[in-house]
Amino acid sequence: MAHAYTPGLKVSGRVVLLKRRTLPIPGEILVRPGDRVSSDAVVARAFLPGKVHTVNVVNQLSIQPGEIQEFMLKREKDAVRKDEPIAENRPLLKFMRTTLRSSVDGTVESVSAVTGQVLLREPPRPLEVKAYVDGTVVETVGTEGVVVETCGAFAQGIFGLGGETTGPIALAVERPDQDLSPDLLGPQHRGKVVVGGAYAPSEAFRLAREVGLSALVVGGIDDRDLRSLLGYDLGVAITGAETIGFTLILTEGFGRIPMARRTFDLLRANLGRKACVSGATQIRAGEMRPEIIIPEGPGAPPIAAGVASREGLQAGDPIRIIREPYFGRIGVVGELNPEPVRIETEAKVRVLTVRFDDGETVVVPRANVEILET
Amino acid sequence: MADPNVILATDCGSTTTKAILIERTPEGYRQTFRGEAPTTVEAPFEDVTRGVLNSFQELEELSGRRILDGERIVTPARGREGVDLYISTSSAGGGLQMMVAGAVKTMTAESAQRAALGAGAIVMDVLAANDGRLGHEKIERIRHLRPDMMLLSGGTDGGTVSHVVEMAEYIAAADPRPRLGIGFKVPIIYAGNRSATAEVERILGGKMAVSSCENLRPTLERENLQPARHKIHDLFLEHVMAQAPGYKKLITWTGAPIMPTPGAVGLIMEAIARENRIDVLGVDIGGATTDVFSVFSGVFNRTVSANLGMSYSISNVLAEAGLANILRWVPFSIEEGDLRNRIKNKMIRPTTIPQTLAELQFEQAIAREALRLAFEQHKLLAVGLKGVQQERTIGDAFAQAASGRTLVDLWKLDLIIGSGGVLSHAPRRAQSMLMMMDAYAPLGVTRLAVDSIFMMPHLGVLSTLHPRAATDVFHHDCMIYLGTCVAPEGAVRDGERCFEYEVRGPGGARQGSIPFGELRLLPLQPGEKAVIALRPAKGFDFGAGKGKGIEREVHGGVVGLALDARGRPLALPEGREERVRKLRAWGAAMGAYPL
Repeated sequence: MAHAYTPGLKVSGRVVLLKRRTLPIPGEILVRPGDRVSSDAVVARAFLPGKVHTVNVVNQLSIQPGEIQEFMLKREKDAVRKDEPIAENRPLLKFMRTTLRSSVDGTVESVSAVTGQVLLREPPRPLEVKAYVDGTVVETVGTEGVVVETCGAFAQGIFGLGGETTGPIALAVERPDQDLSPDLLGPQHRGKVVVGGAYAPSEAFRLAREVGLSALVVGGIDDRDLRSLLGYDLGVAITGAETIGFTLILTEGFGRIPMARRTFDLLRANLGRKACVSGATQIRAGEMRPEIIIPEGPGAPPIAAGVASREGLQAGDPIRIIREPYFGRIGVVGELNPEPVRIETEAKVRVLTVRFDDGETVVVPRANVEILET
Repeated sequence: MADPNVILATDCGSTTTKAILIERTPEGYRQTFRGEAPTTVEAPFEDVTRGVLNSFQELEELSGRRILDGERIVTPARGREGVDLYISTSSAGGGLQMMVAGAVKTMTAESAQRAALGAGAIVMDVLAANDGRLGHEKIERIRHLRPDMMLLSGGTDGGTVSHVVEMAEYIAAADPRPRLGIGFKVPIIYAGNRSATAEVERILGGKMAVSSCENLRPTLERENLQPARHKIHDLFLEHVMAQAPGYKKLITWTGAPIMPTPGAVGLIMEAIARENRIDVLGVDIGGATTDVFSVFSGVFNRTVSANLGMSYSISNVLAEAGLANILRWVPFSIEEGDLRNRIKNKMIRPTTIPQTLAELQFEQAIAREALRLAFEQHKLLAVGLKGVQQERTIGDAFAQAASGRTLVDLWKLDLIIGSGGVLSHAPRRAQSMLMMMDAYAPLGVTRLAVDSIFMMPHLGVLSTLHPRAATDVFHHDCMIYLGTCVAPEGAVRDGERCFEYEVRGPGGARQGSIPFGELRLLPLQPGEKAVIALRPAKGFDFGAGKGKGIEREVHGGVVGLALDARGRPLALPEGREERVRKLRAWGAAMGAYPL
């Protein structure tokens, strides 16, 4: 395939990141280019139209749709208070009168002489977008939002759960291949972004919630524990809105897989510093991976922004194998064979040689490795 | 329009843009070269034409034909330069995502759903006045889903007005926002009761881009889906595509409207069934979705199982099928936790490929369940009313509302066509044939084929402009006939007599007897035909009745003639060891896997 590239997860000690922070609908921008913002600063706000409630007036008053206007006490666009009468019939005997009252505070959206239905709309709900990272506003995007630039350490995970959060980084393990046994979590981790090692069992999730972790970063978990954590089988990897009590980021995948040394070392080097974390993952159009950003404070020396371009895999590149039978192992690219080779499945595919630290070399399909990007 | 000599066609898929070159030769039109490149609708490129140009460059390198002058397509073709026609389909950016609404769930709402699916859309939800949801729940749902386009039907002409107006009121209250292109109005097609058109347009006019077309259910006993399908294609191009990154430019390059990929595949399926007067079942199993197409007795149906696929949605196959149903196709022992983790790892790294034979067999086990589930969903929607312009009696219409009998009839099915990576690119063709036989359990005599390199979308669009070119390429380069499967209905104990056969073909006559539980493959090459006489044992049926023999012409293929005495319904042994032994035996009989 021409211009093919092997996607990789970025793990970088210092990088410039541009975060686009936008509303789903046009709204009001609360900051200006050049403003310095902290992660919890509200940068844009909009008002979402309120929830709509339906009242079947004709059925409840036993009238015809065409007569509805005669029985309405409120007109379209009128404001209403909860329990305020909105429609009423006029029987000969007063005690037979039926009065319909508004179930909400809001306005009368519509009165239909065709369906005999009245729609009431609740007041607009404010929707705010925060900066998410400490940084500088560099651009406004119409009336939808802004772009915030930050500089700092950056690590992508492969899969996450839960939304955006912040907290200082804490280590719960000493080595990247160490499991996060539940006894390693304690009250000292409250509000922190806690780094585990190769694997977190389900008991660790319960404790993470109990202790009040901001986020948990770990190499792998078992799918069956994911199911008990969510309460259902996750079908498609579109996440970020889960409410599991903390944000979870897997750096490697499912199973017991040591965290890549480079990721672990980066997080250890930033121990105690504030991290901005998001578990949102979308593995489809518009790929999005979970991330840990550790912004530098103001006054850090500038570095050039922009998307680094690379020429695909090259000999000597550090890579991670992402499929059995060598899943999770990290090595460097040896030879890149340009011609397709027949592998065990009998498929003819392009392959490469991977050299591990212990000197062992193996051949794997190119599709089954990802570059450890910096 | 003069017949073109060189045709360039692309399909902009969600991950890959596939380009093919079709050239006129003395023997007719032939697909000559193929190039592909990653689709570039998403960041950082956000311009579909980058991927299209990259796929052209690969075609140039492979074919030696100069296609581009900078970023301009060279046209017309002269010698080794240029092309005469460029056409394209698209499912990039998640394809066309629609919501449909009607007055009655099993009547107009279902007709609207069939119209949208037939046009190539993914139907995100079906709303109806009687769908059991309260008004505010419907409104919240519409607001939450952000469709690319909506289709509103309801009421026969002269029938109910209030129900369809009620639906319009809900939609107006929801004021849906588009998925792509902030600030533009979501298009909505009204294809319901003519008497309500003015009122619906008044209610929705200020908030959405309303267009009306003929009622898709003008009377209870007639469905008229074509005008709505055409309207969907027009609006797809004018509104939805125009908002997707780079498509405004791409539209100016093409010689025919860009069509949603499944809509184009549907066209070619309909053409195959029409030209050969056969009943066809087609499937396209992708990474995210599985499309199923069928034409039975001339009635076309298409469904899309939006979350059944082999990469992005692979975990959903597990969620929907259940672990036991997947494990039953795995011909070795595997620990449950390990299998679950492997599926999730494929979901989060969807571009990986199996390196070991066990991994391949494991993926193909999942594919069987994805194919089966998508087919089950198809059978539920391919029901009742006949398609465009076919009449039913009023009595039939009531019966359909009550029973919704499926139109899919495996006894009548002549041809199954498989498409999508796991079927088109299986290392051995016998694997594709066995996967489809296991998933669909065809009855009687059924031919099977695969799309060689997924060019049916390209040929679907081409068929609207140059039917002969599309037909030539379809027969010579697109279809790979795998062979024919013969299978009776019934079951007895393993090893008991199931049926006898006699095959008279190019290699002379062969005869034999097959015990129940066995699968046997006889050689019958592509292009060869034979006559098979089948004599079922008592209790078995080849379509003529239990125990009654039949004689049929059968076609060969790259795999051959499969005699399937595993029984229908196809049941696998309960015990793990016996099941694994059987799966291995069947795989070996078909020559599906290396020994």
